[in-house]
Amino acid sequence: MSVEMGSSTGRGMTVASVEIEHLHAVDDAPRAGKSQRHASDYVAPVVGFAGFIGFWYFMSYWGLKHIWDKPSFLITAPHRVINESFFNEKSRTALFSGLYWTARVSLIGLAIAIVIGMTLAIVMSQARWLERSIWPYLVAMQAIPILALVPIIGSIFGFEIPSRIFVCVLISLFPIVSNTLFGLLSAERGQHDLFTLHHVSRWTRLRKLQLPNAMPTIFTGFRIAAGLSVIGAIVGEIFFKRGDKGVGILLDSYRSRAQFPQMYGALILAAALGIVVFIIFGWLNNLVVGRWYESTRKTG
Amino acid sequence: MFDVLAGAATVNSMGDVGAAPALSFDGVSMVFPDGTHALRETTFDVRPGEFVTVVGPSGCGKSTLLRIASGLTKATGGTVDIEQGNVGYVFQDATLLQWRTVQRNVELLAELEGIDKVERARRAAENIALVGLDGFEKKYPKQLSGGMKMRCSLARSLVMDPKIFLFDEPFGALDEITREKLNDELLSLFQRKGFAALFITHSIYEAVFLSTRVLVMSARPGRIVGDFKVPFSYPRSPELRFEAEFAELAGQVSHALRGAHV
Repeated sequence: MSVEMGSSTGRGMTVASVEIEHLHAVDDAPRAGKSQRHASDYVAPVVGFAGFIGFWYFMSYWGLKHIWDKPSFLITAPHRVINESFFNEKSRTALFSGLYWTARVSLIGLAIAIVIGMTLAIVMSQARWLERSIWPYLVAMQAIPILALVPIIGSIFGFEIPSRIFVCVLISLFPIVSNTLFGLLSAERGQHDLFTLHHVSRWTRLRKLQLPNAMPTIFTGFRIAAGLSVIGAIVGEIFFKRGDKGVGILLDSYRSRAQFPQMYGALILAAALGIVVFIIFGWLNNLVVGRWYESTRKTG
Repeated sequence: MFDVLAGAATVNSMGDVGAAPALSFDGVSMVFPDGTHALRETTFDVRPGEFVTVVGPSGCGKSTLLRIASGLTKATGGTVDIEQGNVGYVFQDATLLQWRTVQRNVELLAELEGIDKVERARRAAENIALVGLDGFEKKYPKQLSGGMKMRCSLARSLVMDPKIFLFDEPFGALDEITREKLNDELLSLFQRKGFAALFITHSIYEAVFLSTRVLVMSARPGRIVGDFKVPFSYPRSPELRFEAEFAELAGQVSHALRGAHV
């Protein structure tokens, strides 16, 4: 074991020294620098979080009563939210089952939106007239209030899960189409010329130039869409209440029964779901394009 | 790294006058749809083994000349003859695909031409070594300096072993030290591979140092207003740049260029 380790370390060192020689021999190559992490990177968020919790307590016990003259139970103190939502078995079971259904609906909606959105973007990227004829409908779709469509969606898809998924798709489609399309159309002219010189097919150009070139913006689109899809699932649940109870339905019923601690608990879960989805897509992005993509700023 | 090549057979670098031209322009004109007159009645040949450089004021249609030569743009008048299918084109930017490593970038053109995996890997390795990028096969473009990106771009074209090379100000964005170094190395490749070259630049010194012939283009609409034969033999030493005859020729080109502005 120790011998193996020794030899592999030795080889690593040789490789490293050869590369350094090369760097001097050829031009000054920019080193692939690992970004340094400082203690302040961790301290500041922790301080910020403490400040947030402190502010919450302050509003709950003093602010609401003395600034707005409203009953303090409207903002439940954090420890009561945690206790009554997550340390009470009945609430906890309801909340986590709600989280499961909401997560499920939003992920299915997101997956459908990704398939439809990328297909649309690829179709639109093939000809200017296609882009110009499809684009206005996408913009219009953004502006339609979902509330107005509730009876129609409900009559067609029913008032259960399929309608909620439909809302997710509706709400998260646009950023996927716009980001994918932007990425597909943003390959450099010289790169296109290179492919033109070799008489490649549309398909080859799409597969070897446009799609890989679009990956960073496609992931940006996914990230935005993922957050919207969670919102879509919760909004959808408020309109389409039949069937399995998601976080949105729980929020609504806790609100109507004035169970404020559980309502805040549901809000925390909804927010957590949004954050987790955002982090997962950030991580996927780094996995796929992190090695080669030169972004001015690292996120995630 | 090029001393290995010193013993290699050198072609007749001063141009094979008897052979059919590798590229010929005959009365080529270019008027863009918006009315811009880019080229007027341009006629010249590039013969096998010749290194022809075009210098001219910026915006005189030099790049248009290359785009027409390669077939990327169709001329509106005159005829262009070029040996199709085997043209190397080196752009102003390295135009590397950021998501591909050096190795995969160099393989690209062979891949687009349907050359099998083993063969293109072999050719890529050979040409990566030739431009001095060995050891960097697994690096991504963002990890390379400007000069290294250009070497990679050069290797990518070399893989197809083109008979004629079109260069569109490839070293324009580099610092002088890197540029001179790449000039030296480009000449070694020119001698070793024996391709014909049409090279665009706005640097008179680069033009004289590299070429067998320097053409001077006028301001828009561009046309050839000067044709200088460069008498220096290859291999050319970097010190050539400081010799009196070199300076004199550069002066003549510069004079023609100043005349071309008015």
